[in-house]
Amino acid sequence: MLVSIKWLKDYVNTQDLPADELGEKITRAGIEVDAVIDRSEGLSNIVVGYVESCEKHPQADKLSICQVNVGDETDQIICGAPNIAAGQKVIVARPGARLPGGMKIKKAKLRGEVSNGMICSLQELGIEGKLVPKAYAEGIYVLPEEAEIGSDVITNFDLDDTVLELGLTPNRADAMSMLGVAYEVGAILEEEVKLPEISYPEAEQTAESMLTLQVDAPEANPLYAAKVVRNIKVKESPMWLQQRLMAAGVRPHNNVVDVTNYILMEYGQPLHAFDYDALGTGNITVRLAKKNEKITTLDDTERTLSPHQLVITNGEVPVALAGVMGGADSEVSDSTTTVVIESAYFASSSIRETSKNHGLRSDASSRYEKGVDPNRVIPAAERAAQLLSELADGEVLAGSVIFDELDKEEKIVTVSPDFINSRLGMKIPFEEMLDILKRLQFNTEAANGQLVISVPTRRQDIQIEEDVVEEIARLYGYDEIPATLPETEAAPGGLTPYQAKRRIVRNYMEGAGLLQATTYSLTSEKSATQFALTETDVTKLLMPMSEERSVLRQSLLPHLVESVSYNTARRMDSVALYEVGSVFLKTDDELLNEEEHLALAMTGLWLDNSWQGEKKPVDFFVAKGIVEGLAEKLGVQLEFERGEMNDLHPGRTAFIMMDGRRVGVMGQLHPSEQKQRDLKTTIVMELNLAALLSVETEALVYTPVPRYPSISRDIALVLSKIVEAGTIETVIRNAGGKLLKDVRVFDLYEGDKLEEGKKSVAFSLTYFDPEKTLTDEEVTAVHEKVLSALTEVGAELRS
Amino acid sequence: MEEQLQALKTEALEKIEAAKDVKELNNVRVAYLGKKGPITDLLKGMGKLPAEERPKMGALVNVVREEVTTNLEERMAVLEEQAINEKLQREIIDITLPGRPVKTGNSHPLTRVVEEIEDLFISMGYEIAEGPEVEKDYYNFEALNLPKGHPARDMQDSFYITEDILLRTHTSPVQARTMEAKGGEPIKIICPGKVYRRDNDDATHSHQFTQIEGLVIGENIRMSDLKGTLSVFAKKLFGEEREIRLRPSFFPFTEPSVEMDISCFKCGGSGCNVCKKTGWIEILGAGMVHPNVLEMAGYDSDRLSGFAFGMGPERIAMLKYGVEDIRHFYTNDIRFLSQFNRTEV
Repeated sequence: MLVSIKWLKDYVNTQDLPADELGEKITRAGIEVDAVIDRSEGLSNIVVGYVESCEKHPQADKLSICQVNVGDETDQIICGAPNIAAGQKVIVARPGARLPGGMKIKKAKLRGEVSNGMICSLQELGIEGKLVPKAYAEGIYVLPEEAEIGSDVITNFDLDDTVLELGLTPNRADAMSMLGVAYEVGAILEEEVKLPEISYPEAEQTAESMLTLQVDAPEANPLYAAKVVRNIKVKESPMWLQQRLMAAGVRPHNNVVDVTNYILMEYGQPLHAFDYDALGTGNITVRLAKKNEKITTLDDTERTLSPHQLVITNGEVPVALAGVMGGADSEVSDSTTTVVIESAYFASSSIRETSKNHGLRSDASSRYEKGVDPNRVIPAAERAAQLLSELADGEVLAGSVIFDELDKEEKIVTVSPDFINSRLGMKIPFEEMLDILKRLQFNTEAANGQLVISVPTRRQDIQIEEDVVEEIARLYGYDEIPATLPETEAAPGGLTPYQAKRRIVRNYMEGAGLLQATTYSLTSEKSATQFALTETDVTKLLMPMSEERSVLRQSLLPHLVESVSYNTARRMDSVALYEVGSVFLKTDDELLNEEEHLALAMTGLWLDNSWQGEKKPVDFFVAKGIVEGLAEKLGVQLEFERGEMNDLHPGRTAFIMMDGRRVGVMGQLHPSEQKQRDLKTTIVMELNLAALLSVETEALVYTPVPRYPSISRDIALVLSKIVEAGTIETVIRNAGGKLLKDVRVFDLYEGDKLEEGKKSVAFSLTYFDPEKTLTDEEVTAVHEKVLSALTEVGAELRS
Repeated sequence: MEEQLQALKTEALEKIEAAKDVKELNNVRVAYLGKKGPITDLLKGMGKLPAEERPKMGALVNVVREEVTTNLEERMAVLEEQAINEKLQREIIDITLPGRPVKTGNSHPLTRVVEEIEDLFISMGYEIAEGPEVEKDYYNFEALNLPKGHPARDMQDSFYITEDILLRTHTSPVQARTMEAKGGEPIKIICPGKVYRRDNDDATHSHQFTQIEGLVIGENIRMSDLKGTLSVFAKKLFGEEREIRLRPSFFPFTEPSVEMDISCFKCGGSGCNVCKKTGWIEILGAGMVHPNVLEMAGYDSDRLSGFAFGMGPERIAMLKYGVEDIRHFYTNDIRFLSQFNRTEV
C-alpha cells in the first residue's frame, strides 16, 4: 500500500511530522513502513511553459524548435517528443534545473540550435512509465488549460509529497485504504478522523426506473448496490486526481475509471463502472456461471467459466467476473454517456477461487479476498456518484438499486483488564485501556469491571480477547513491556541420549579430520536411489521447480560426492567431507520413514607431509579405520562383509553389518563412476546412524589394569590370494581361546618370492592371563593349537 | 722408584691433559690405571721392597694414583660436556619447518549456530524436540491456526507430495506434535531442523533452509517472559551490550505477535551498512501462542498460556560471520567450510 501523505491529510491531522518520523511511529505501532519515498527528490526549477510556436528543426527530422513562454521570458527549447505542438502547456526544466538521477539541465546547442532547457515527460520527473497515462506514455506530458504559465510544477501539481510504502501483514486488510490508514494514524497520534462529506444534486428520475437487479447467489454476493449516472462526459481527470492515483501506484485512464480507482484507494471498496448502453438490457443479474460460458475480460482475454464462479450478467450473458475483472463489451469508453456504478460485497472465498482459477489478481480481487468493510459498500457508491457529478458533469439518478442481505453488525468482544495485564505481564491502568480503545474509535463500555467493545466492521481482524490484548499493547508501546523470565518449575533441560550421541559422532568425525557438509534433500529421480542402503519407491513432489529437485533422496552420497567434485573441479584435490542427515523411504504409512544417516566421501591425500617423505593417499582402509574407531566410540560391534553395489568398485566394496543386519556400505567409487564425475580415487561410506545410535550401550565398568605381562608370538602365513585375512583371523581366534587376547595383522606380502596366486600375511598374537604370569609352556600349548587349526585350513607357515 | 713414580705421574698428567676426547682419555685411564698399567705394576712390584719402605711407598703410590684419578675425572667431565655440546650442535634442526599435520575437521557453520542456541536454551531448562521433515498438512498448517483455504498455505509456496503431505515449511509442526504428545502438560522446548519452501535459489533465498523455534507453555506465561527470554538470548548470542526491541507483527499461530530487532552489533546502533542505517537488525518473529493453537492440541487456554519464537540460523550466521550469499551454506566449498574451525570465545 502506497500512502501519499498529502492525500492522507484530507482525513487526519498528521501534526506536520516529518515523513520519516511519521513512518517510524507507524512501524513501531505495528504496520511496517518499508520505504519513505520523496516524490520531489532531485527535482528543482521546473515550471509551467506555454508553447507559443513549434517548428521542425531544419537539421533533424525528429526535433522541433519551440518558443516557450516560461513566465518571465520566452525561450527557445528544442524538443524531441512526437506529441509536442503549439498551444500546449508543458512541463519545462529550465537551465539550472535538476532532475532525478542527478541530471542537471544546462543551456545547450542541438544541431546548431540553442536550447534553453528541456520540455519533460512524466518519466523524466521520476514517475514510473507504467503509471503514466497512455496518451503521454511515449512523449511529453500536456498540462491542463488552467495551469498558470511560469508557476512551479512541483508545488502546483502535488509533487511536493512523500509516499509511505506500507508492508501489510495479511491481518491488516483494513489498512489497504486511505481511510483505514487514517484511522491507524489517528490512533497513534490521538487525532480525529474526518470522513469525506458526501453531497451531490440528484435527478428526479430514479435509478430503479432504468435498472433492475436480481441476485441469484446471495451467499457469494450478500450486498449489491448500483447507481446510475447519466449524461457524463468522459475525459481526462483533473491533475490533482491523476497525481493522487500515480502516487498510489495506479495509472490514470479517464475520469470515470479514475473515480472508481480513487474510491478503491480511498475506501478500500472495489467499484466497477459499466457502460449502461452497452449492457443493453437495463438489467443486472448476479449468478454463478454456467458450464463453458465465456467472457472476454478487460485485458482482451477470452475466458471459459465454470459453475462455481460468480459472474455479473445483463440478464443474458456475463458482463464481468464478479470482483475480479470487468468484461470488455461493457467497458466505459470515450463515447459512454450513461454508467452503472457497482459497489458490492462479494464473499472472499468466492473471489479467491475465481481469481486463482484464472490466474488473475487485481487491486479489487486482493481486497475482496481479504474481506472488505460491509459498512463501506454503500457509502463508496455514494462517493462515486458525488465525484462523477463533480468531475464528469454527470447527472445522478435518485436513489440506488440495492440487494442487501449482509450482516453489518459490529462484533462485541468482552475482555477483562486483568486478563490483558496478566497476558502482558504489565499493570496498565483501566483508564489507560479505555483511552487507547477510544483512540482506535472502538466504542467501549465498562460493565462490571469488564471492557465491552464494539469492534468497527473495518477491523475484521479483531475477533477474540487476545486481539484486544495486542491492540492495547501495541498502542501502549511494546517498549513498556518489562523483561521477566517464566516462573516455571526449574526442571533441568538437556539432550536426549540419541541427541547427545549424535553430537559425539559429529565430534568424532571432525576429530578424524572430516569437514561437515550439508546438502539438499531434494534431488533428481535418477540420483534418488543411487547408493541407497534400502531402496524403496521414490517420493516425488507434485509440483517440482526443476527436475534436479523433484524427488526425495534415499542416500546422502550422490550429493556428497557431487560436493567432492565441486571442490576438485576448483583444484582442491584433497577433500574429506561427512554429513549427517535424513534419507526418505516410502512405507505403507502416509508418512515416510525418515532415517538419519551418516555419510562420508573422501579423495586425494589423507596425509600430506611431503618434506618428511610422508604422503598417504585416501584409500579404503583410511575410511574403514574411521568406521572402526566410530564403532569403538559408540560401543557397538560392526562387521565388514564383502559386498557389491552399483557404481562402487566390485572388488572394493563392503557392507557394514551389526547383529547380522546390514547397517551400512562403504567402498571405492567404480572407476567409470569416478571418470564420469571427473574424480580420482574416491572412497565413500554411508551408515544408518539411527540404527547405531539406538543401541543402548552397557554401563561402563572398568576392567583392572593388567598385573601380569602378556606374551606375543608372530606368525607369517602363506595363503591363497583369494583367502581373506578376516577368515584366517577368525580361525586363529577360535583356536586361541580365552588366553588369546589380541590378533593383529602386521604385514602383507604379495610378490615374486612367493608362488603365483599366493600371498603372505603376518599376524601378531598376544597371549595373556589376567590371573597369573603365563609360562612359556602354557603359551606354546595354545599356540600349537592355533598352528594346527591353521594347517587344517590350508595356511602354511612361511619359513 | 720414587723418581720413577714421579715421572710416571708427570707423564700420565700430560697425557690426560692431551686427551682430545672421551675415547682417548679412556685409553689413558686403561694405560695408567688399568690392571696392566704401570701403577698397578708398581704396586705389584712393592713386594720386592724392604718391609719398612713398603708403607711409605704404598702411601706414595696411592697419592699418585689418587691424583691421576682426580685429574682424569675432571678431564673426563670436561670432555664429556664437550662431547655433548658437539652432539647437540650436530642435532640442531630447523624448527621453522612445518609440523606433521594433524587433520582436524569442523562443524558446518549452521550446526555451529544451532548448537550455540541449543546449548543456551538447554542451560535455561529447555529440551530439544525434533520431528519429521515430511509432514502432514494438519501439523504443518491446520493445527497452527492455518485452516484449509488460508492464503498463507498456497500450493505455490510449499512442496506438496500429496494433497495432505508436504515438506514442512517451518519447524512449528514439531511444536504441534509435542503439544499433542504432552497432553496438556507444561512444555519448554527448542525445535531445530531443516525446512523447505518453493523458492528459487539466489543470494538470499534457498528452497531448503534451517529454522530453530522455541515454545514455552505453562501457567501464567506472560509476554514479559517472552521479552525477558529473548533479551537473554540476544545478549548471549550477540554480546552483553545488545538491546532488543519488539515490534507488533502478525503470525497466524500467535496473538499478539511480534518481531524482534537487536541493536546493531556492528555499529552499536549509530547506523551502518549491516543495519541499513537504522541501528536495528531484525532477528526473529515471536508471540503469545494463539488460543486456537492451544485448544486444538488439547490445552485449556483459560488455564495455560505460552509463547513461541522462531528464527533462521542462516540469517544469524550471515549476520554473525558476514556471509553474503545463502548458497554458500549448501555448496560445501571446503574453502568456506574450513573457516568455521576455531573457537570464538
